[in-house]
Amino acid sequence: MHHVYFDHNATSPVAPEVLRSFTAAAAEVYGNASSIHYFGQAAKQRLEAARRQVAARIGCAAQEIVFTSGGTESDNLAIFGIARGKSGAHVITSAIEHPAVLNACARLEREGVAVTYVRVGPAGIVSPGDVGAAIRPSTVLITIMHANNETGAIQPIAEIGALAREAGIAFHSDAVQTAGRIPLRVADLGVSLLSVSGHKFGAPKGIGALYVKKGVALDPILYGGHHERDRRAGTENVPGAVALGAAASLESGWPAIEPLRDRLERAILDRVPHCRVNGSVTHRLPNTTNIRFDGIEGEAMTIALDLRGYGVSSGSACSSGAVEPSHVLLALGLNKEQARSSVRFSLGPGNSAEDVDGLIEAVVESAAHLRRISPAFSDDRVVAHA
Amino acid sequence: MPELIAVAMSGGVDSSTVAAMLKREGRNIAGLTMQLWNQRRLPELASEETGGRCCSLDDVYDARRVAEHIGMPYYVVNLERQFEESVIQPFVSEYLAGRTPIPCTLCNTFIKFDQFMTLADSVGAGVVATGHYARVTRNVETGRWELRTAIDFSKDQTYFLWGLSQAQLARTLFPLGELTKSEVRSLAEGFDLPVAKKGESYEICFVPNGDYAAFMDAYLHEQGGEGAAAAGGSIRHTDGRTLGQHNGAHHFTVGQRKGLGVSAPEPLYVIATDPKTQTVTVGSNDALLRSTLIACDINWLSWEGLAAPARARVRIRNRHVPAPATLYPLAGGKVEVRFDEPQRAITPGQGAVFYAADLVVGGGWIE
Repeated sequence: MHHVYFDHNATSPVAPEVLRSFTAAAAEVYGNASSIHYFGQAAKQRLEAARRQVAARIGCAAQEIVFTSGGTESDNLAIFGIARGKSGAHVITSAIEHPAVLNACARLEREGVAVTYVRVGPAGIVSPGDVGAAIRPSTVLITIMHANNETGAIQPIAEIGALAREAGIAFHSDAVQTAGRIPLRVADLGVSLLSVSGHKFGAPKGIGALYVKKGVALDPILYGGHHERDRRAGTENVPGAVALGAAASLESGWPAIEPLRDRLERAILDRVPHCRVNGSVTHRLPNTTNIRFDGIEGEAMTIALDLRGYGVSSGSACSSGAVEPSHVLLALGLNKEQARSSVRFSLGPGNSAEDVDGLIEAVVESAAHLRRISPAFSDDRVVAHA
Repeated sequence: MPELIAVAMSGGVDSSTVAAMLKREGRNIAGLTMQLWNQRRLPELASEETGGRCCSLDDVYDARRVAEHIGMPYYVVNLERQFEESVIQPFVSEYLAGRTPIPCTLCNTFIKFDQFMTLADSVGAGVVATGHYARVTRNVETGRWELRTAIDFSKDQTYFLWGLSQAQLARTLFPLGELTKSEVRSLAEGFDLPVAKKGESYEICFVPNGDYAAFMDAYLHEQGGEGAAAAGGSIRHTDGRTLGQHNGAHHFTVGQRKGLGVSAPEPLYVIATDPKTQTVTVGSNDALLRSTLIACDINWLSWEGLAAPARARVRIRNRHVPAPATLYPLAGGKVEVRFDEPQRAITPGQGAVFYAADLVVGGGWIE
């Protein structure tokens, strides 16, 4: 069967030119970038060239880039690096963050740090006013994502950045869904920390970066050698960094996906009754649409579509692989049933109009089938057992 | 493409062998595992040796490996909510009401078949296959679908399957019903399945070690209640003597001998429990014997119903050898079962399953 991928917000394929840089670096450069000899210098040169490429992409100085293993580590480094060990301090985040942020904040709470989870409305967008109102004298960190992975909703980072700057509070943004995909400059956003993940925009898994604004004091979360200016211990992943740099240098194919996303969304809304888009349709990533199909289990539709060759998502998988109702959609005000009836389609530069048209037909047929056998997973069965 | 068959995968030898057999026949199959219980819940019950094995990550890992080995798509589907509503909650309320329900029958009826078939429907599978040891046949004269005991009677699982409807039987495959366990094992080895040598998991279940009372105390505590253990009462002998105290009638099951906490010259058994007065009645083995029971909520399988008294063999718990009896129809669709010989520990809340030779003719819940 021909399989087509529509789950790019989970992860994206490695771009061919990035793969060439990656394999070449892995094959040619085996020195430890911290070694003083020829081999080490060769590795160091590649590493620093990659750092400059990543810095150029987000508009910062090369020294402000710390390579990490990916988005989760970047988020953890930013949050624990600023707020750990500060019992009595206060952190502001939002209810729609990625688990890499939410679970790090939950850990801080157990260590005596107060955390405010700013709520969102049906658009799934954090209000800067709510963030401003949550600021306390003890606030040491604000962490708000740039674009939400499930709805694609883009957050008003620049406005929040202005508030944070005025209050003198460190401001971190998880930009895993935007960095490398859509244009962004850290100065415009007003962030002091920004998380980047390689595998969301054409680099392999296992490499990411954290932008740390000059002058921001950050405690490490890993202890070891003096790598990355004492901010991230561990022998540098040179091939990964080279790949991240190469991906950062590509011309982004992501904004051009928007017409295909719109074609998919319009066709589904036109042809499938009782469905609607979750979250903002005006402020969002160009590749994402999250659609609620009333009366349909999103998980069932995801499996049915997979059996027809289309890979989509209906929420995040727990450790077994089963799907849990999305905390993001619940935060938008959906009830559990509505959250379970939602499906995320996230397109990538490799998707064609033919792929999208095939997906549309599969969704329309699958929705019709699922509605025919509805109410799926009926709640009204009585356990006859007196 | 040929019709899709959904195979219910547990990660054990039986369901894995079913998948491999169907694959060898060239059928179009997909494996599905139902995530029914979150292992992170009720951590006080967890232990290395006795932890409940239902939905363990190891089993999902095994099922995934098997699916990869035989080359079929595989999915884990979250049915925790349905399991809680259809099995856990009725189980707990029945237990607190003094009956001893078997969650396995609830689970088999409402989850493993009802929910699994709905799931199969929704992914486009018209037929389901499971690793149960039972057989389905069709009576060409009556047109009814029939459930029959497994060829390997020591593995027979029909006691848990009496709740199946005609529509469910019509689209169910039990490929192991014609095989013995040792034949299944050698098939598994022949298929080189990664789980071929995996140990037998008797009752993969959310209740660790079969300790239902401990499960319920933990569950009720989690739900914000005081826990059933807050109650307590006396242990009385059938002759009227009070022998001691207990910390909750739900800790006792009819027929139980061990763990009564009272000493007596002769072996004592739990004869009855009364949750209202919190009285646990104990007595001699003979006091456990009963000749009749009333079964309700009857599901008829190969028989269409019961118009007049009829002979059958009746099983009152798993592994109980079906005992000869006469079934009498009662008002409201209930059935009175009169055994030829008294039976030990007839327990309210468990199933009574009616057999005619290898046919399961029907079943119901013991009142």
